[in-house]
Amino acid sequence: MNSVIGYYTTQFGELWEKSLFDLVEEAIYGVLKQTKIENKQIDAVFFGNMLAGVLENNLHSPSKIAEILRINVPIFRTEAACASGGAAFNLAKSYLDANSNKNVLVIGAEKMTDYSPEETITGLSAAASGEEQEVGLTFPGLYAMMANFYLQKYGYTEKNLAYVSVKNHFHGSLNDKAQYRRKISVEDVLKSAYVAYPLKVLDSSPISDGASAVILTNDQGMINKQKYSTTILASEVITDTISLKERKQIDEILATKNAANMAFKNAKINRSDIGIAEVHDCFSIAEILAMEDLGFWKKGEGGKRITELSTMFGNGGDLIVNTSGGLKAAGHPVGATGIKQIGEIFLQLTGQADKRQVKNAKYGLAHNVGGSGGTAVVTILGV
Amino acid sequence: MIGIVSYGFYVPKYRIKTEEIASIWGKNPMDVKRSLMIEEKAVAGIDEDSLTMAFESASSALSDVKIDRNKIKVVLFGSETHPYAVNPASTILAEFLGIEKNYLAYDTEFACKAATGAIISAQALIKSGYSDYALITGSDKGMGKTHDVLEYTAASASVSLLLGKDNLILEILDFESFSSDTPDFWRREGMRYPSHGGRFTGKPSYFYHIEESSKSLFKKTGLTPKDFSSAVFHMPNGKFPIQVAKSLGFAPDQIKDSLTVDYLGNSYTASALMGLMAVLEKAKTGDLIFLCSYGSGAGSDSFVLKVTKNLEKNRKEFMKVIKDKKYINYPTYLKFMEMI
Repeated sequence: MNSVIGYYTTQFGELWEKSLFDLVEEAIYGVLKQTKIENKQIDAVFFGNMLAGVLENNLHSPSKIAEILRINVPIFRTEAACASGGAAFNLAKSYLDANSNKNVLVIGAEKMTDYSPEETITGLSAAASGEEQEVGLTFPGLYAMMANFYLQKYGYTEKNLAYVSVKNHFHGSLNDKAQYRRKISVEDVLKSAYVAYPLKVLDSSPISDGASAVILTNDQGMINKQKYSTTILASEVITDTISLKERKQIDEILATKNAANMAFKNAKINRSDIGIAEVHDCFSIAEILAMEDLGFWKKGEGGKRITELSTMFGNGGDLIVNTSGGLKAAGHPVGATGIKQIGEIFLQLTGQADKRQVKNAKYGLAHNVGGSGGTAVVTILGV
Repeated sequence: MIGIVSYGFYVPKYRIKTEEIASIWGKNPMDVKRSLMIEEKAVAGIDEDSLTMAFESASSALSDVKIDRNKIKVVLFGSETHPYAVNPASTILAEFLGIEKNYLAYDTEFACKAATGAIISAQALIKSGYSDYALITGSDKGMGKTHDVLEYTAASASVSLLLGKDNLILEILDFESFSSDTPDFWRREGMRYPSHGGRFTGKPSYFYHIEESSKSLFKKTGLTPKDFSSAVFHMPNGKFPIQVAKSLGFAPDQIKDSLTVDYLGNSYTASALMGLMAVLEKAKTGDLIFLCSYGSGAGSDSFVLKVTKNLEKNRKEFMKVIKDKKYINYPTYLKFMEMI
C-alpha cells in the first residue's frame, strides 16, 4: 500500500528574499521534521520544477538537492509545465510500485518573482506549442479563447466565471500559507482589468514563489509509526496535443477526462464518494471546465452550478473544491502547485486543515494541468 | 536655522493624456487610470531637456530674492536624465545663471531622490560656514520605454530651491535618511531606458524605505502625523503616496494638495518637490510640512519643514501656471522625447 505520510509547504507569494533552493530546503526539512524521518531514510527523490532551466540556467537540480540533503540516492527532476508537481508525484508512486519498503520524498518548487514579467511570461510560454508562441498567444490568451467559446456556446457571461474567484479567495482567507488572504466580491472581479477578454486580473492565478513537499512510503512499519497517513488510491497522467488548434473540442480538456476516468476506475470509487477536491484553476474558466471534465458536473452546466457556490466551504455541500484557495488565491508557483494540491487533500483527510477543515471527507482528488491541457494528472487519496 | 529662502518650478506646457497612450496599445484607459491614478502627464518639448528646465526653475527661484549671486557657493543638480554622462550640468546651470566661478558644483544621482539628498548635503555646507546660500535643482525629462507601464507616468519638470540661513520661507527643522541596496529600478551606462522590477518596486522598495525613513524622523523629533498640516511623498504613480500616507497615519486631507501626479505625472527628482510646490500655494505661517522622497536603489529622505511669515511675500502661483497647457498626440510625444 502506497501512502502519503507527511506534507509541508512554504508560504506562497512574492518571496523576494528567498531563492529557489532556499524554498526547496525549507520544504524538505519541514516535511522531514514533521514525519521524524532522517535524511538517510530517504530512498529516492522526485522534484517537480518547470522554470529553473529557462530563468536561471539551472537544470541539474537533482544534484543540488543531493547537496541540500547530503545523501547519495536516485533523484529525478520532472518537467510537465504547470503539472510538473503532479507528474513528480506520479513517478514517485510508480517508483514505489516497482520497489518495496521504500520512502520517497517528492518536492515541487518554483521561483518566479525575481524576474521581469516579460522573462517569466516568456518562460511560461515554453509550455505552449511553437506555433502558438510564434503567433503571440500567451496562456491567458489560450484560456480566454476557451472561455469565449464556452460562454458563447452555453449562454453564460463573465459574471458566471467570477464566482470561481470569489469562492477561492474566501478559501484563501482561511489558509495562512496562501498568497492572497483577502475576500473579494463578484463586483470586484468584474471591475478588475482585462488580461485577455473575457478574463480579467481577478480571473487569473498570480505569479508566485513557493515550495511544497510530501513523503510517500510503502513501508508498513513506517506507516504504522506515523501519526497521519492517507492511502494513494490512484495517480494517473494523461497527455494530449500541445496545440489548442489540434483539439476536437476547446470547451473541454480531454487529458483531464481520460485521467479522471482511469483514476476512478483504479481507485474503485465513484465521483460521489469524493468529499474534497483541489482542481487546477489557473484561470476561472479552468475550474469550471475541470469540474465538468472530472465528471462532477455535466458538460455545459458548470457556468450555472458555480453560481450556487455549493463547492464553497461552509455552504453544506457534499464536495468542497479548492480549500487551499486554489491557484487563484493560494498562488501558483507552477512546480509546487501539484504537490500543494495533494498536500491540501492530505491535510483535509487527516483533520489538519484548521479553519478550513471539511468534516467527514473520506476521499479526496487532486487535479493538476500542464499548459492548456497538454498534460493532466489526477490523484485520488483516501483514509 | 537653515532653510529655504526661495523656490521656483517649471512644468513644460505639453501634456499627453492617459487615454492617448492607452489607445495606442489597445489598453482600456479606465483600467490604466484605475491602476495608476494618472489622468495626464507633462512632456518636455523637443528643444528642452533636464538642463533647460533646471535653468527655468532656478531662474524663477532667484527672481524674487535680492541676493549677491556670488554668495551662492554651492550648486547641486539632481537628475536621472542629466544631459551628459560625463560633464556636469551643474556648472552649465551656474554659468547661465551668472554665478561667478568660486563655487562648488556637482551633479547628484540617486534615482528620484537625487535632489533631496543634495538638500541634506547643502544644508550642512551652509551650517559649516562654507557658503551663505546653496542652489539645489531637481530636474528630469523622464523616459519610459514604449509599452512599459512607465510610459504613462514618466514626466518632465524641474524644481529649484535656494537654501540659506536668513529670511527663510521654510525652516528645515530636522531630517532623516534611510538607505539600502535594493535594486528595484535601474538604468545601466549606455542604456536609454530604465528597467524596473515590477511589483518589487512596491512593498520592499518604495513602502519599506519611506516608512522606515518617516518613522525614524517621527521618533527623532517626537512629532506624529497629526502635528503636520500637510504631507508630501514621492509620487511614482497616484496610488503609492496615498497608500503610504495612510499606512503612516496621515489623513487624506493632509496629502490631497500634494498629489500633483495625477495631472503632471512623475517627474522623477522633481516629483516630491513638485508636490511641495503645490502645498506652498496654500500653506500658512506656522504650518508644519512633512516632505518625504524616495529614490530607487534605494533610499528615502524625510524632512520636517516649518512655514515662516516670509512665505507670503515670496509665494508663487501654482495651479494657475500649470493650467497653461497644450495637449499632444502620441506621435508628437515620441518626437518630443526623441524616440523617433
